[in-house]
Amino acid sequence: MSAFLGNYAAVAGEDVIRQLRQLCVPLKGLRVVHVNSTREGGGVAEILAKLVPFKQELGIRTRWEVLQGDEIFFDCTKRFHNALQGMTLDIAPALLKHYEEVNAENAERLRPQLEEADIVFVHDPQPAALIRHFPQRRAKWVWRCHIDLSHPHRSTWNYLRAFVSAYDASIFSLADFAQVLPHPVYLIAPSIDPLSEKNLELDRKEIDAECAQFQIDRGRPLMLQVSRYDRFKDPLGVIHVYRLVKEFAPSLQLVLAGGRATDDPEGAAVLAEVRAAAEGDGDIHVLQLPGDAHRTINALQRAADIVLQKSTREGFGLTVTESMWKGKPVIGGDTGGIRLQIVNHHTGFLVSTPEGAALRARYLLRNRDRLGEMGRKAQQFVRENFLITRHLREHLTLMVGLASGAADRLELE
Amino acid sequence: MPGPRTSSRTDKRERVNPAGEKAEPFVIKDCALVQIATGVRAQNLRELRDRLLAVHPGCIDYHFWGGLLRPSFDDPEYSNDFASWARHGLHDNKLAERLGMIDPAGFTDIEALRRELTDVLEQRIDEGEYLTWAKPEQQFQFIRAQIVVFDTGRILARPPELVAALPAMSAGSIYYHFVEARRRPPLRIDDFRSWLSRYGDAYSALGNALAEVDPYFTTLTDLRKELSRVVGRHLGAAS
Repeated sequence: MSAFLGNYAAVAGEDVIRQLRQLCVPLKGLRVVHVNSTREGGGVAEILAKLVPFKQELGIRTRWEVLQGDEIFFDCTKRFHNALQGMTLDIAPALLKHYEEVNAENAERLRPQLEEADIVFVHDPQPAALIRHFPQRRAKWVWRCHIDLSHPHRSTWNYLRAFVSAYDASIFSLADFAQVLPHPVYLIAPSIDPLSEKNLELDRKEIDAECAQFQIDRGRPLMLQVSRYDRFKDPLGVIHVYRLVKEFAPSLQLVLAGGRATDDPEGAAVLAEVRAAAEGDGDIHVLQLPGDAHRTINALQRAADIVLQKSTREGFGLTVTESMWKGKPVIGGDTGGIRLQIVNHHTGFLVSTPEGAALRARYLLRNRDRLGEMGRKAQQFVRENFLITRHLREHLTLMVGLASGAADRLELE
Repeated sequence: MPGPRTSSRTDKRERVNPAGEKAEPFVIKDCALVQIATGVRAQNLRELRDRLLAVHPGCIDYHFWGGLLRPSFDDPEYSNDFASWARHGLHDNKLAERLGMIDPAGFTDIEALRRELTDVLEQRIDEGEYLTWAKPEQQFQFIRAQIVVFDTGRILARPPELVAALPAMSAGSIYYHFVEARRRPPLRIDDFRSWLSRYGDAYSALGNALAEVDPYFTTLTDLRKELSRVVGRHLGAAS
């Protein structure tokens, strides 16, 4: 076993690695391409940064290609994102035309790689229209939807559905998100990599040093939300929660830590609103971190007493998984993939209002033993269900299933 | 058949059992499910009945058997997803109790099980004065699953080896050999009993004790503990 696989065997168990190897036998020689719209920032890029090298290590020839688009294109796809997650908004025909043109240009640029592939994974709406430019394709094309599609704005979904229907399969994170499509719709939850910079163990000295650079007092309780500055993540609601809790815990500090993804033009506006709301309170730290600040985020999650993910819509919420992996129960919005991870009263609390979040935060600050017990359960829950090895096993199963005609039963020797 | 290996590769490992027959070694398998959504949903009893009549047979399988492999902290209150939804989605206790008592292993094929389910639903529809609806976010979602079966590379030559092997089995192995085996024709019993039966009456007491273990209303981790206890009690520490 290579050192790479050996490291994962140490965390997930040797049986898990053996399973992955068995799944790779019928996939030997296949070429796989993943396409998304950003190399860094956000959960999708993070997943691919780990999934692609892991597949390569297992002997599957895997490439990761990134769609190239301009500001107008990403403005359009951000509108897609908002509309698919339930906002009522119409997208101008000129924007849709530009979306299709950018996909057409990228189809030509990526044609050699996509034509020689055996399986193509296309992530989210941005590159979904690529498929239209490969009418004679021999590869199996799979659309991977990472967002909460439970209540999409119908006209936007109908527009995208015309592209998505042409795929051979699709993947959603939850049954609630799945739409009726004329092909198999797999349900595969995302995952975290326990050995990545963002999740590996850190010593106390490093955690202290990371906190010190932001003037975070390690002697006082710390509330944290890590997420992009996006309205669906409700950063203003988090400040509201902090103010409600601070009435009862005056020494409380709040850190809002986010970055900026290249495919999210709305982030700057939301960040400005958050800064305005935090103005005048020295205990609120609004951080805009670079895309590679993984160890900093790791340290903040380990330093936190209370972790929030107060999203109002959430595809999955990998920051929830990351914090749970570090032994923190999470107080999260009762929505999307957060529901899959937070088993209410076991691994954290599901809440619907800032008041609900504040109530649970006060409870955990008051009951430290319970906080620790829930944190241990949360870590075990992630170990059993949300590590990259499980994610990869399901991806490989899907690939074997597609290659063998999607049989209901696959027996591996 | 799964569990006891039938390929010629095992010939060298065959043992003569007390009944004078050749018994094959027990091949430990593991398994995992990958869920496939159908997009089919039901919000009230009539919709559940209608969808059930047409839904992929794999969905019925999954909603009876698949729950045990889903992550959980609490013991399940009901033995299948239909009963659980009747209770928590529709708040219909009578229906939940009736659905909860349906034993899928008692049906020769999935269509017979489908008929039993629809009979129970129709009886309840006939009894009802009005139709109860689940909230939109609590609709019943029909899911099926693809099962992938792995070879762990571990083989047991004789039943006493179960004493050491059982506590070390993964949850997937317990599911595959003790739960999933019950839907495999022709025997429709767990793989452990199936293997033990090849030794004639030598392990009949253990076989009877395993038959008493209800695989439902527990987690796979607890089920593994219970099976280990039963096997340990009958076979002692010898392995």
